[in-house]
Amino acid sequence: MTPTRLNLALAAALAAAMALSLLAGKVWLPATAWSLTDPRFLIILELRAPRAVLGALVGAALGLSGAAMQGYLRNPLADPGLFGISAGAALGAVISLFFGFASALLLPAFALAGAAIAMALLALLVGRSGSMLVFTLGGVILSSIAGSMTALAISLAPTPFATSQIVTWLMGALTDRSWDDVQIAAPPILAGGLLLTCTARSLDALTLGETAARSMGVDPRRLQILVILGVGLCVGASVAAAGIIGFVGLMVPHLVRPLAGHRPSAILLPSALGGALLVVVADSLVRAAPTVSELRLGIAMSMLGGPFFLALLLRMRRQLP
Amino acid sequence: MTLQAHALSLTLGNTRVLDNISATFTRGRVTAILGPNGAGKSSLLSCLTGIRLPDSGGVTLSGTPRGQLDRRDLARRIGFLPQTADVHWDVDVATLVALGRFPHRGRWGSTPEDDAAVAAAMAATDTTMFADRIVNTLSGGERGRALLARVLAGTPEWLLADEPLASLDPAHQLDVLDSLRAIAAAGAGVITVLHDLNQAARVADEILLMRAGQVIAHGPPGEVLTPDLIAKTYGVAAHIGHTPQGQRYIIPTGRL
Repeated sequence: MTPTRLNLALAAALAAAMALSLLAGKVWLPATAWSLTDPRFLIILELRAPRAVLGALVGAALGLSGAAMQGYLRNPLADPGLFGISAGAALGAVISLFFGFASALLLPAFALAGAAIAMALLALLVGRSGSMLVFTLGGVILSSIAGSMTALAISLAPTPFATSQIVTWLMGALTDRSWDDVQIAAPPILAGGLLLTCTARSLDALTLGETAARSMGVDPRRLQILVILGVGLCVGASVAAAGIIGFVGLMVPHLVRPLAGHRPSAILLPSALGGALLVVVADSLVRAAPTVSELRLGIAMSMLGGPFFLALLLRMRRQLP
Repeated sequence: MTLQAHALSLTLGNTRVLDNISATFTRGRVTAILGPNGAGKSSLLSCLTGIRLPDSGGVTLSGTPRGQLDRRDLARRIGFLPQTADVHWDVDVATLVALGRFPHRGRWGSTPEDDAAVAAAMAATDTTMFADRIVNTLSGGERGRALLARVLAGTPEWLLADEPLASLDPAHQLDVLDSLRAIAAAGAGVITVLHDLNQAARVADEILLMRAGQVIAHGPPGEVLTPDLIAKTYGVAAHIGHTPQGQRYIIPTGRL
């Protein structure tokens, strides 16, 4: 399949999935509900449409970040969640819940602030080295520090209500999101996506390793800043909007590679489209599933992601000499 | 038309890996850098490419200090073939070789000039017939040629190669040496780190002998590959002879 065709096919599938997701849910809305006079149209306009758009944005952000991270670290098991920023954003959101500032605006603001602090710390940690080893280890360390602070916040939560709110939020979901959430998430995700697009060719050069890429004119420091800012904005805004939804960034680039080729730049756009498609479909499924309370999207993705990760590992182990 | 090192010094940890090295390299010639392990050969090469900055001293390219050239311009003029040949994704040979156009390519994809350079590089290294194969499935010799094609696709004025013969069998070693000669004959300057004295004697117009971060000798093989200088560089006694075809061979006979 040519790259253009693949992208068009994915975009068409995404459009179809978003349209279907407007119909699907605990209450099925047939096409007859699509008129301004029908009271059910409000459900579509104010509940399902923003949810579908937000799902697509979050999925695209996670898929694109995953593809960029795997290209940058030259590691097919890299995931944007490994790198401190989603843990930082989650910690920010948890702090706002801890103190009871859980308004529609404050929680995402705290989450974005957490992501920004994690980005700044990571940039400080790697300093002027541009080294990937420091980058990876720095991300893992930041993740574990933010994780322990989050656990601390849960254990010290002032009320059982706050505890349950934090725990539920951490599971990640797109339930009850409005156009306000879309307005908060869209600008950082678009900006981050633009920055990651600028890394495309440098990621290709990194295929030959750090030294060769440097000799080909890649500025490792500039590339690192682009990756930190781009992934930070995308992942930070996604966590702010939907909590932690794992594995999208890990899985989607793998699903796309057999179709788009292995060149890191060739999988960026298909991964963004594929990520959006995956999240919109998964979110429609958890919403329509006949469970008493809605299955959290974050949980559903981990249920899917764990076995996927395992299958990936087994395949890689077979290929080892 | 020259690449010059001016009093390069570099310290890594507590080791002075380059100690006040000055040398002039000329385009159209093959220079082999020889010396024992840890002599600073690869460090000199990476200082010349600009991957590493020396603590003191500088490099000039046709008289222009390297600091005045931007990254992209430098990358167009100096091609570097690193010793470690990792290819991290399952890309095909054509994609790999096209990466060599990285410093030339504009924002909007490849030009006919890019495509022509890629095709010429693949023809020169005899890799055209496996353009569609995945690099990581090639044999060591084919892979070495594909990686060399990547550098040549950038049509550099200088080719700096770090041990390009490592892990090649004798036939493929001769192939690579022939391509290095052909590249120099086409007008580029070739600077290569080698370990094998005989291969160096075969391919090089000039030899730079290094030991402990210093230049022991720099000149034509006939003047540099002498028992005295080899003893001084490697600490071994050597027998030097000639084949009936006139090719010099060097056999280390024992430690001094």
